[in-house]
Amino acid sequence: MDIQTWTFILVGLTFALYIGIAVWARAASTGEFYVAGGGVHPVANGMATAADWMSAASFISMAGIISFIGYDGGVYLMGWTGGYVLLALCLAPYLRKFGKFTVPDFIGDRYYSQTARMVAVFCAIFVSFTYVAGQMRGVGVVFSRFLEVDINMGIIIGMCIVFFYAVMGGMKGITYTQVAQYCVLIFAFMVPAIFTSIMMTGNPVPQLGFGGTVADGSGMYLLDKLDGLSAELGFNQYTDGSKSMVDVFFITAALMVGTAGLPHVIIRFFTVPKVKDARISAGWALIFIAILYTTAPAVAAFARVNMIDSINGPELKGVPAEQAPSWVTNWEKTGLVKWEDKNGDGRMFYSGDARNEMDINRDIIVLASPELANLPNWVVALLAAGGLAAALSTAAGLLLVISTSVAHDLLKKGLKPDMTEKQELLAARLSAVGAVIAAGYMGINPPGFVAQVVAFAFGLAASSFFPAIILGIFYKKMNKEGAIAGMIAGIVFTTAYIVFFKFINPEMNTPENWWFGISPEGIGTLGMILNFVVAIAVNKVTAETPQEVQEMVESIRYPKGAGAAIDH
Amino acid sequence: MAFENQDMAKRYWSENLKIMGVLLAIWFAVSYGFGILLVEPLNQISLGGFKLGFWFAQQGAIYTFVVLIFVYVVKMNQLDKKYNVEE
Repeated sequence: MDIQTWTFILVGLTFALYIGIAVWARAASTGEFYVAGGGVHPVANGMATAADWMSAASFISMAGIISFIGYDGGVYLMGWTGGYVLLALCLAPYLRKFGKFTVPDFIGDRYYSQTARMVAVFCAIFVSFTYVAGQMRGVGVVFSRFLEVDINMGIIIGMCIVFFYAVMGGMKGITYTQVAQYCVLIFAFMVPAIFTSIMMTGNPVPQLGFGGTVADGSGMYLLDKLDGLSAELGFNQYTDGSKSMVDVFFITAALMVGTAGLPHVIIRFFTVPKVKDARISAGWALIFIAILYTTAPAVAAFARVNMIDSINGPELKGVPAEQAPSWVTNWEKTGLVKWEDKNGDGRMFYSGDARNEMDINRDIIVLASPELANLPNWVVALLAAGGLAAALSTAAGLLLVISTSVAHDLLKKGLKPDMTEKQELLAARLSAVGAVIAAGYMGINPPGFVAQVVAFAFGLAASSFFPAIILGIFYKKMNKEGAIAGMIAGIVFTTAYIVFFKFINPEMNTPENWWFGISPEGIGTLGMILNFVVAIAVNKVTAETPQEVQEMVESIRYPKGAGAAIDH
Repeated sequence: MAFENQDMAKRYWSENLKIMGVLLAIWFAVSYGFGILLVEPLNQISLGGFKLGFWFAQQGAIYTFVVLIFVYVVKMNQLDKKYNVEE
């Protein structure tokens, strides 16, 4: 059977499963629409969090980016996992004890201020929109390849599916569907990785295989071979970076802190039964995430070797176009791989210098990896199903946050408190619709690769929520004036920097023009520091926090007396 | 107030902060320390086919993160019990 038939079968089967679960768990009350009625087991919650978390960026784009940038890719690996340590140690148990629905709920109550709540709502919507746009792009990449359509058409198909899917269910539907999606996506990611690892290094564990020797009898370490090839072809050394150390540091920090500040991740920890469970849930989530995150760099290295070998041939002379590898011809149809015969010899050649004739989009690497390693067609199709699972589970989680923010935080708790439950549900669904359309538009006109778009969302989360929540828990005397000023300073600064370099003056987006050598991807860290500084400074010169708020802060610091998981 | 007195509450909180502080120090060391700041000297050492700094950035840090969270869970559960503030 060909790839397309397999794709239809596997994608069809997994979709039937998700829809089945969504229908079975159809949300009834508003409480269940938002947070699954509170009774989710920590292991299931961990899996759902992992699926929610591992987006199209993690699944499709990350290994591809690492494949191109080698060591520098560590920013994503460490950044997107290290945040869970912050979450588990500094946020999750306290927010669970606090026991409300959303991040703006916490900000609004802790800072006893409607303004603070509104600022937080605005930040949550802004962050989630940026993030969901990256997902739509990822869905588009998958559909464009497997349905052999243009990428924009792929995005539109993806919009329709996400739309049906997220607007129908709510958190409860989503939680169990996400457990299924985690299983699909991790299976889909691991099978080709294990096969490839066996073929290339003889070791079935990809994490070990990529530090092993190449199975061609030469006894050469895979990474040494890759460094050798890179040097010969004019690429950067794979195991060394090309980004400055400052930038690597700041990007990693922005991603870590951003992870801990993402509203759709934090909301997960409101759904477990106890404070104890909130702590362990973060641990389970990270284990499930780490399986993919420690495999991704192996996939990246394998794909890199295969990519170079299959285009340049064993003697590095380039393969004739009529014998082009099938992955090249397949992906040329989507426009994501291009070959231009610059020297007119009829052979393809891939390098990092003037000899290069290939233009390869980073987002295709994972999806093309089974073809790169000549694995059977069903494995290729399996990856398509996995990529869609990753993109859909994240998109659904984000849309939920957007609709919660609009319906619950903005309308019910803000502008229109006399809403009925029915109206609130309707508002939630309508805002999900609006979000899908806006996200689709941004997916068609993205400012960068999937993982980069997503990276900005982290910068924004890092510079807005994280300091406000941390100060809210660990600094009793932090008052509303400080928190509001800090959040505004952080998000305005970060947005301005990103917009300046990415949209207004993209030609100036070079290390010489960056402040302290920090790229727009890493600027969220500086925004976070600014947020802390402004908040503490303003706090010093304004009125003290009321006594009852300080007592509330004391009470969230120990588990005893936590209410049942919210179910309103 | 769930504690017997104000002093107990203070001690619980300071022990909590100490556990957090130690674990966060390790968190910082394996990622920002070994994976970024010290990557060049560590890359002189090899671990099988890996350069050590590169391994920390792409593998080691992540394994450590997982262990840190589980250690935290165990430590905090013990602490909650000791001060009788578990649920």
